[in-house]
Amino acid sequence: MGRKAEYSEKPKKGPGRKARKQGPPVFRKKSFAPMEEEDKKLSHRQKQRFVKREQKKVVQKAKLQEKRAKGAQKQPQVRRKTAYNSDSEPEEEVEAQEASSDEEVPQLVPAPINTKSAAPKGFTDDNDAWLKPKKGKKLPEPESEDEEELEEDSEDENGLEAAESAEEDEEEEAEDDDEDDEEEDSDEDTAQVGKLADLSDDEANSDDDFDISGDEDAAEAESDEDDDDDDDDDDKLPIERANKKLKKREAKDAQLAEEEMQMTVDHQDVFQLPTEEEKTEELTLQQVQQRIKDVTLVLSDFKKYRQADRSRGEYIELLRQDLCLYYSYNEFLMEKLMDMFPLTELMEYLEASEVARPLTIRTNTLKTRRRDLAAALINRGVNLDPLGKWTKVGLVVFNSTVPLGATPEYLAGHYMCQGASSLLPVMALAPQENERILDMCSAPGGKGSHIASIMKNTGTLFANDFNRDRVKAVQANFHRLGIVNAIISCEDGTKFRNIITGFDRVLLDAPCTGTGVVSKDPSVKTTKSEVDVQRCYNLQRKLLLSAIDCVDAKSKTGGFIVYSTCSVLPEENEWVIDYALKKRNVKLVDTGLNFGVNGFTNFRQHRFHPSLNLTRRYYPHTHNMDGFYVAKLQKFSNTIPLTKEQQEEDEKQLDAAIEAEAASAAESATEGEAEKETEAGDKVPRKLLGKRAGKPSLTDIEQDLKKKKLEESKTKYVAKVFEKPVKAPKQPKPEKPQEEKAALSNGNGSSKAEGKASKKRQQELQKVKKTPETDQKVPKSESPSKVSKPTVNGGASPATPERKQNLKKSATPKTPSKLVNAPHEDKVPLLEGKPIKKQNNLKKKQVGQLKKSKASGKEGKKQKFKK
Amino acid sequence: MKRLSDERAKILFEKLSKYIGTNVKQLIDRPDGTYCFREHKDRVYYVSERILKLSECFGYKQLVCVGTCFGKFSKTNKLKFQITALNYLAPYAQYKVWVKSSFEQQFLYGNHIPKTGLGRITENAGQYQGVVVYSMNDLPLGFGVLARSTTDCKTADPLTTVCFHQSDIGEYIRTEETLF
Repeated sequence: MGRKAEYSEKPKKGPGRKARKQGPPVFRKKSFAPMEEEDKKLSHRQKQRFVKREQKKVVQKAKLQEKRAKGAQKQPQVRRKTAYNSDSEPEEEVEAQEASSDEEVPQLVPAPINTKSAAPKGFTDDNDAWLKPKKGKKLPEPESEDEEELEEDSEDENGLEAAESAEEDEEEEAEDDDEDDEEEDSDEDTAQVGKLADLSDDEANSDDDFDISGDEDAAEAESDEDDDDDDDDDDKLPIERANKKLKKREAKDAQLAEEEMQMTVDHQDVFQLPTEEEKTEELTLQQVQQRIKDVTLVLSDFKKYRQADRSRGEYIELLRQDLCLYYSYNEFLMEKLMDMFPLTELMEYLEASEVARPLTIRTNTLKTRRRDLAAALINRGVNLDPLGKWTKVGLVVFNSTVPLGATPEYLAGHYMCQGASSLLPVMALAPQENERILDMCSAPGGKGSHIASIMKNTGTLFANDFNRDRVKAVQANFHRLGIVNAIISCEDGTKFRNIITGFDRVLLDAPCTGTGVVSKDPSVKTTKSEVDVQRCYNLQRKLLLSAIDCVDAKSKTGGFIVYSTCSVLPEENEWVIDYALKKRNVKLVDTGLNFGVNGFTNFRQHRFHPSLNLTRRYYPHTHNMDGFYVAKLQKFSNTIPLTKEQQEEDEKQLDAAIEAEAASAAESATEGEAEKETEAGDKVPRKLLGKRAGKPSLTDIEQDLKKKKLEESKTKYVAKVFEKPVKAPKQPKPEKPQEEKAALSNGNGSSKAEGKASKKRQQELQKVKKTPETDQKVPKSESPSKVSKPTVNGGASPATPERKQNLKKSATPKTPSKLVNAPHEDKVPLLEGKPIKKQNNLKKKQVGQLKKSKASGKEGKKQKFKK
Repeated sequence: MKRLSDERAKILFEKLSKYIGTNVKQLIDRPDGTYCFREHKDRVYYVSERILKLSECFGYKQLVCVGTCFGKFSKTNKLKFQITALNYLAPYAQYKVWVKSSFEQQFLYGNHIPKTGLGRITENAGQYQGVVVYSMNDLPLGFGVLARSTTDCKTADPLTTVCFHQSDIGEYIRTEETLF
């Protein structure tokens, strides 16, 4: 291949002429240090210009001396002109000066100045002599020497060389003005920075402006000072001055920017509440969002940002409306949420509620291990991770190529799709092997199966749910997950204590409004109302008392009750627990969950038991799981602190409340329907009749009618209180009144030797607010037992006219609502052979199976099945 | 919950022995307590006696299910095993069939197993022998009845059905409503 050519040039050696190479650039340090620029060599042109400048100076000085010698008096106009001049560009001025003074060097006058001079600054006519062009408030900087000269010069022109043409004069003036314009910025700069010296200067100048005649001396002095100043300036190079100017400008800009910021912020802050007209306007979502932000800001520092004449309430009202609109909540729920959270947290909560929680699954430890399951699912193309350190069975699924609810692993029962939050109550319950455990509201069996798998299929698990359709899901899930120690029943949870007690642990995952799972079911946002919440918490109280009664306090390993809801409202959580604490021998214990927010011990005007901080709340925005509440209670005594009467009273109160709410719900449901009064007249009594007939113990009533009446008047109070929700749904009452009521009614109960049935009946009577006399008679004859049912049917028709009359007489406010209900109940009894039972049954259905009356429940069910 | 009548008990045990043969004995005599078969609303449940006793406090209507449901008696007194019985059939099964993973999904949709879908099969299984169907990674998928004996299977045409489908775990989803 030969040798490799060498292309890089070698430095030549040896004798002979070498090509000249340009050396590296050398910078003189001086060039960067302008201070020592004086000795810098000037270029040819520069030299020429310098020479000319010197010449001019000489000429000017000569003129000046001449003028002084003449001792000219000042003209106001001239004086004024000097005020506008500033020193920054002496060369130009000199040139201008030259142009004005000696016409014979026209080439030195730069063209732009000439063109600029066309600007209408001066006055072209003779008025020029006394008129001055109006200027802004600009005030001059300390004048330069040149200016001084110029000033003198112009004085000269005006005062002495009157012969000079007006044109010249005008030109002069225009030039001055132009210069002024050019230097306005710098003038303003100084003005803005606002030094004291400047101010004094200004004053001096303005003084000059107004009384010029006498101030010659002062002006002179000033000019002297200026001269000194100018000397300094003269020492500096143009670039330095430019630099100085630039710095000033920057400082000014910064200041201005700051001020502007402040201004804009101030403007933003002053958020104006919309007027009535504006409120009716349609807004886009963006606008609403902006307004939400604004109001939030105002509320964050109310003192600072508020409008003086507007109250906080107005802002909050507006905010609530906007939030309702933006997140499509109803007012009721939003109000509750706003009560619960501070504003910033509220926004986080609402935002988080819009987003779906991650899909989580729970490993069924009866059939597999988490690691094996994860491996199997990853093989199927599922992307997952352990849920957290707090659980050993949870997996969180990020994405999946297969439907997770239909993989062979799922069908084989290796896992269960379950929210992260539903693992918590079971962990709190901490079931042990060989225990007897009750899951009171178990459908669809997620938590129940979790319990069973922790117990490893030992002991006994009672899984109960009231809804027969949902029980099927429990059954299917339990079989799929291979749980063999379970008894699945379909009972009313509130009656469970009558069926079986002595449980080691009870899990009550109570039915609730579901305000914590808004992301799963957005309809909650709009459908829930005060009545729903009331109905829920009354039911929850009943269930919780029942659950507590089911537990055996003497259990060696247990005696625990875990109460959980998927709601965030304190009404359904803390209030219920607080109620139970008062009614039963239970205490709150630590849930064993080491994360979560502590439960409220006080909420608005309510004060709960201090131990309620042992309960745990979970929120979507803080824990990325559904809104949830977990409380763990320990039963320390099987005795019930209340007397039997009290208990019954409680029971009745809750029953009544639920019934009343149910009735009101039914009313609202059927409100739209047309009603006929005559029909309705029949119905109300019938309903009454049906209710009474369902109760087994009405025989008591027969025996002492008079006593009843007496008691009726006394117990009225109790009944009335629980009607409240029907009449005007308000904020649920705190505990106190109920207790008082209980006490009140207890007094009655003890004094009377009557059975509960009579009381109950009275309550019902009162609820409907009938005049009792005639009504009572009717059931009295019929009620005694089921045997007499046919007679009820028979007797019903003759009795109706009477009742109608009664109803008409007692036109209480409540009757219309009852009338609305009527149509349903009327038809059914006619169709079926057993009107009374049917009525109960029907009513139950309308209510949404919220409540079964003790005796009638079973009968009703029987009929259902027959159907 | 009532005891099975003699007739029904006989039917049940005959049926059981079709799938698990002599292992029926192990279902009855267990070291961890007595287990028994009970009938409730024509359904047969297999449950520990201890739990059975506890269940007695519920009314007929209210009691939904105790222990494990094996199957249901038809009105003509024939017993049909449900998929829920798989929990007990699978561990005791004597004859097994494994389906290829490609056919797994098809079996879960209720199809019979053709020879192409057959992964493995227990030796010496006769025709109409009850078998438990497994996936290739030993996940019990359901049970069925052999359409051909093992020996016949070897010579059979690829598309002929080897095993009749009776029940599979896909039923938990497909027929959840009617399962119970």
